[in-house]
Amino acid sequence: MKLTIWTYEGPPHVGAMRVATGMENVHYVLHAPQGDTYADLLFTMIERRGQRPPVTYTTFQARDLGEDTAELFKTACRDAYERFKPDALIVGASCTAELIQDDPGGLSESMGLPVPVIPLELPSYQRKENFGTSETFFQIARALVRKVDRTPEISCNILGPTGLGFRHRDDVAELEKMLAEIGISVNAVAPMGSSPADIARLGAAHFNVLLYPECGEEAARWLEREHGQPYTKTVPIGVGATRDFLSELAEITGLACAPDESNLRAPWYAASVDSTYLTGKRVFIFGDATHAAAAARVARDEMGFEVVGLGCFNREFARPIRALARDYGVEALITDDYLEVEKAIEAAQPEMILGTQMERHIGKRLGIPCAVISAPVHVQDFPARYSPQVGWEGANVLFDTWVHPLVMGLEEHLLHMFRDDFEFNDAAGPSHHAGHAAQKEVAQSSGDNVIWLDDAERELRKVPFFVRGKARRNTEKFAAEQGIASISVDTLYEAKAHFAR
Amino acid sequence: MQDAFFLVVGSRTCAHLLQSAAGVMIFAEPRFGTAVLEEKDLAGLADAHDELDAQVAQLLERRPDIRQLFLVGSCPSEVIKLDLSRAAERLTKRHAPHVRVLNYSGSGIETTFTQGEDACLEAMVPGMPATDAAELVLVGALPDVVEDQLTDLIRALGIETVHVLPSRRADEMARIGPNTRFVLAQPFLGDTAAALSRRGAQMIEAPFPFGAEGTTAWLRAIADTYGVSDELFERVTAAPHARAVKAVAAARATLQDKSIFFFPDSQLEIPLARFLTRECGMTAIEIGAPFIHKGVVGADLDLIPAGPMLSEGQDVDKQLDRCRAARPDLTVCGLGLANPLESEGLATKWAIELVFTPVHGYEQAGDLASLFARPLRRREALV
Repeated sequence: MKLTIWTYEGPPHVGAMRVATGMENVHYVLHAPQGDTYADLLFTMIERRGQRPPVTYTTFQARDLGEDTAELFKTACRDAYERFKPDALIVGASCTAELIQDDPGGLSESMGLPVPVIPLELPSYQRKENFGTSETFFQIARALVRKVDRTPEISCNILGPTGLGFRHRDDVAELEKMLAEIGISVNAVAPMGSSPADIARLGAAHFNVLLYPECGEEAARWLEREHGQPYTKTVPIGVGATRDFLSELAEITGLACAPDESNLRAPWYAASVDSTYLTGKRVFIFGDATHAAAAARVARDEMGFEVVGLGCFNREFARPIRALARDYGVEALITDDYLEVEKAIEAAQPEMILGTQMERHIGKRLGIPCAVISAPVHVQDFPARYSPQVGWEGANVLFDTWVHPLVMGLEEHLLHMFRDDFEFNDAAGPSHHAGHAAQKEVAQSSGDNVIWLDDAERELRKVPFFVRGKARRNTEKFAAEQGIASISVDTLYEAKAHFAR
Repeated sequence: MQDAFFLVVGSRTCAHLLQSAAGVMIFAEPRFGTAVLEEKDLAGLADAHDELDAQVAQLLERRPDIRQLFLVGSCPSEVIKLDLSRAAERLTKRHAPHVRVLNYSGSGIETTFTQGEDACLEAMVPGMPATDAAELVLVGALPDVVEDQLTDLIRALGIETVHVLPSRRADEMARIGPNTRFVLAQPFLGDTAAALSRRGAQMIEAPFPFGAEGTTAWLRAIADTYGVSDELFERVTAAPHARAVKAVAAARATLQDKSIFFFPDSQLEIPLARFLTRECGMTAIEIGAPFIHKGVVGADLDLIPAGPMLSEGQDVDKQLDRCRAARPDLTVCGLGLANPLESEGLATKWAIELVFTPVHGYEQAGDLASLFARPLRRREALV
């Protein structure tokens, strides 16, 4: 047993949901108790999807346990097929169903459904979300990919994007644009955007772009082995990595692979004089292995930061991250315990953190600026605007995102000059990075002829601070209009009712 | 409950659920956590208890402010039949008198959503000290400001001793006995009500205090039990009642004659449907509730005009079919359904907000109505 409050990753069946939700015409029947439907909201709220995830839960309850939960599973399977008519089903168990051992694979096989049924074995008590995505995609590929001829033109698959992936939507768009410019067509993006028919034709591509190793490496290796497709080893996040990625493409395809750089602004921005103050800023980097590794290279070689900490939460990639950390002269931090991360950050005393949603909050607590580079992320990191991480536009986005939380050069200068000024003191923090300065209560009583009785004043304190000012102003306005000289609890609520809407 | 900590004994899924549900709250100093079961815990039951004891000891050492520790059962812990009630007894002995350890089930196989609060309060009832005094207990966790308003009103009616369950701190626990009366502030507390009755306390049956009418009827039931004069009742309630009516009227303009459809979520559905149909002029098409306890929501059910279909439990796909066919003006549902329904052109109000926003009593009646009016006003505002 291990006491946990924050988790970097969900259980593996959430990974399977991410694959199913990203795909088309696939349905996931999950043997799970009713509470497990909570995971739907990750997709409908955080990613703001306008459709329900294609997942049917068997929602067994305590009273079903003594009886036939296996029958319940078969009914759910049959109903889901009838209702959604998918081209393929994936079936599996959540943590609780794993314990009751109903074997979804065997059960669904015996049902003779007219579409492929792909069983998943996801050990919930050993593995986690990223394993779930990787394993699910691998099993889908293994079950569905057929031997087909290569396309006449040079083409590739983009492997790894899923539902609920950090910037997957825009990364795919940016990468497709870049590949089009250098004359490589995209056979399929998978799992996101692919139907079972598209998966069947994955073998038609000449090679694979492995965009996110966390979700796609297993499948990429298998495709290399079984279908002779090489796959790319560099993830094109950052200018240097993108160039290396392009050389890999040139080697695989024999094409020139020199896309248009006219919109690449990050290198000039980093070279411009206002960026001089970035030199040697001490950064701590933590996230999933792919994004952490990419961030380290950008931080040191393209921003001129000093990397003072580097780590990841997904153990599957511990080895490459350890090796990389040695290159940077730091000890790798491989942990899924946020308290350890917090301790390491406190010890390293960085000037900036590049991390996940968790590190953003650690940064807030310690008063250290932070930019988000990796999942797990919250709703604000599924932005409406175009904001890829990969390729040239990705490099531009990274520059802006990382620099914004820092005190800008001129501002930093002013902070030193006016160190003792109330507005510019160190504790005030950068003006555009909220959450540093203590919340001060702004609105005091307007003072003209209105008295707040003690009870009313106390009642007002119960109003949340962010609307308290408004409540105070409205009540005083109301009192003035009504000619009331002293504000009682009743006046407060009379005013509330008056302004209600 | 400021000095309580909730320790879920479960899987990574449970921890992930808490994190997803708690949203940003999880980054404050949280009062809940999960003891995540690992493979070695599943292999043999014997040392699961030792493991739990070690986790609890570590937690209590780190958080000495904890006075009540709830061991919350989950689906996995129930399926492997980990005996948390024995663990609670054992740990209470070990950490007495500073900390009391209780247990209840919050698992998805036993409970839905707010039923967890019911199970939690039910677990506290046996530990309430005994009394013969004729005191009143207000049952159900409410935001502090609402709790203060309601208890102030009850005191103004001349009923001096009002306790609340749960109390804000462990050492302020309400007492109970054969002369105790209690009134529910939330409709999902059927098991707690039964546990209180088993200790001899008597329930005051009333509609729930939502809206002007609901709050008055709720107070009326209390007043009648204690023989409060009509004249005093009128004096105490007239002004806040009038304020509530006025505040609700602002939202009523938007809600009047609109149809509403409830998916099951919190058990608040029936009292809210009563408020929306009677005080805001809405028409209910279907009222779904995860569980309908007639003895608890009967008074509200009686007040709802005939017409709406009542559904208990759910088959979400079938209910979605009915909802799409009915095309209600407003649909109350969970977060997993809200955006998908919006994208089909149906206005929604997500249900979970109703549990965490102050909505009870007179002063919140306008806020409650506007929670439902806002999605409709927003639809009109966006071109």
